[in-house]
Amino acid sequence: MAAADSGHDGEETRRDFLIVATTTVMAVGGLASLWPFLDSLNPASDTLALSSTEIDLSAVEEGQSIIVTWRGKPVFVRHRTQKEIDEARSAVTGDLRDPQPDEERTQNPKWLIVVGVCTHLGCIPLGTRTGEPRGEFGGWFCPCHGSHYDTSARIRKGPAPANLEVPEYNFLDDTTVKIG
Amino acid sequence: MSDYQNPIIRWVEYRLPILSFIDHSVGRHYLAPKNLNYWWNFGSLAGIALAIQLATGIVLAMHYVPHGDLAFDSVERIMRDVNYGWLLRYLHANSSALFFFVVYVHIFRGLYYGSYKYPRELLWWLGIIILFVMMATAFMGYVLPWGQMSFWAATVITNLFSAIPIIGGGIVEFLWGGFTVGNPTLNRFYSLHYLLPFVIVGIVFLHLWALHVHRSSNPLGIDVQGPQDMIPFHPYYTYKDLVGLGVFLLVLCGFVFYAPNYMGHPDNYIPANPLQTPPHIVPEWYFLPYYAVLRAVPDKLGGVILMVASIAILFAVPWLDTSRVRSAKFRPIFRQLFWIFAIDCILLGFAGAKPAEGLWLVIGRLATVYYFLHFLVLLPLVGWFERPKPLPESIHQPVLAASAGAAVVPPEDRR
Repeated sequence: MAAADSGHDGEETRRDFLIVATTTVMAVGGLASLWPFLDSLNPASDTLALSSTEIDLSAVEEGQSIIVTWRGKPVFVRHRTQKEIDEARSAVTGDLRDPQPDEERTQNPKWLIVVGVCTHLGCIPLGTRTGEPRGEFGGWFCPCHGSHYDTSARIRKGPAPANLEVPEYNFLDDTTVKIG
Repeated sequence: MSDYQNPIIRWVEYRLPILSFIDHSVGRHYLAPKNLNYWWNFGSLAGIALAIQLATGIVLAMHYVPHGDLAFDSVERIMRDVNYGWLLRYLHANSSALFFFVVYVHIFRGLYYGSYKYPRELLWWLGIIILFVMMATAFMGYVLPWGQMSFWAATVITNLFSAIPIIGGGIVEFLWGGFTVGNPTLNRFYSLHYLLPFVIVGIVFLHLWALHVHRSSNPLGIDVQGPQDMIPFHPYYTYKDLVGLGVFLLVLCGFVFYAPNYMGHPDNYIPANPLQTPPHIVPEWYFLPYYAVLRAVPDKLGGVILMVASIAILFAVPWLDTSRVRSAKFRPIFRQLFWIFAIDCILLGFAGAKPAEGLWLVIGRLATVYYFLHFLVLLPLVGWFERPKPLPESIHQPVLAASAGAAVVPPEDRR
């Protein structure tokens, strides 16, 4: 049937050109008009406006942890003891599944700030609140599938593929940190 | 079928002949009368308008919150914060109005060319049902932004049912889910506003099914006698429809980008207030003629009945029109009456937009009387007394005669 389009056997005509040109413009225009529909599903302006959070650290004593919300996700902030810092720094980086020295994961060794979402399938690991299991390495333990994180929140044992993510943050002063 | 050479397509076709179904519906194997003019574009335009409504509406529903306390703000959030939310909402609002415009042209084309006559009565009926469902859908969609016009439109329209004797009051409370228009009303309207477009899609399929049984009518109003009177739907009418679509989209984009609120009312940007009615409330332009009919009658129940009857009377048109000649082209008197009737409908629209007092009330009443006079008296009588012009013998004969002298090659012989 396609041969009937051209009208003249095998010969390309002005009409063929117009059809191809029109179809191309229509296809490009049609595809471009899909973009507003798709982009409307991306985070909206008001959602993006909530993308940073400021935290007052003055009330967090050494050895304590808090959970704050950033972009709707929990962020663990742990005021580490000297022992925890030493453990984190003495681990042999080469043995880790996701090798990364503790120095790269903290700006101030006393404060560990990580996104509290297990890199396996998105559960929130236990270990922030008093009395919760902290796993075999003194950090966090994910109850869903048994991932163990150390005092630098690096994956040490279990199914998770990567360390807990360190969000972008900076210290505005000694006791205030801005995440995001 | 054997038309397809590709083995994968043949494999599918043998099990589910979907390609040949499409081909026989809107493709090369669906033959349509060869003389359809641009007024026959408006059916496919209505279908495309429905598709635009569905596409934008489904995405808008992902951002809208159907709750009395949150709906207004969620619409403003769509306008300000959601990426391209303003575009989607303006497309939805403006293409709904153009949807009505296109459907009205489609209906008037049917009235002019007698498309409702034997054997297309059910096709016509299905179209009227679509109009009714469309009106319900548009009304409920108008309520969703929960502004002042939304709220009071909901109040006024639902109160129409209170005109029903004895059970009217109960029906209205049933519609509201309370003692006034409120959150339960908004929630059910939202649910129905999402449901009804798909009901329309279903009726559209029946409409098309009925259409394909006896094919489109045509400007001459005489039956096709054979292949010489027809051309394949594709490419002839698909391309003709695309030209009309281009114009439609230009007009739509003109409104969306240059006058997005032209057809709206500023009062709907004021959050719904159950304690204060706006000073002047009018429906959207596409409901104005019915609104004029409603207000023309000094009796509450009578007004409502007449308003419903102004559309429902279309069901009877195939029998009220006693002429066997379909097209107004060959009916000199009917053709004049048609244009007077069209002007009467526009006049009703203007009367509906003005406050119901003074001269406009009188005009509204006279136009209402003429509206029903046209259908109930003039239409049957003209069929009896009018002497139609002679009909051409076939569709292809005048086409060929008109271009006599030029070397005319019938499309089926081209190649």
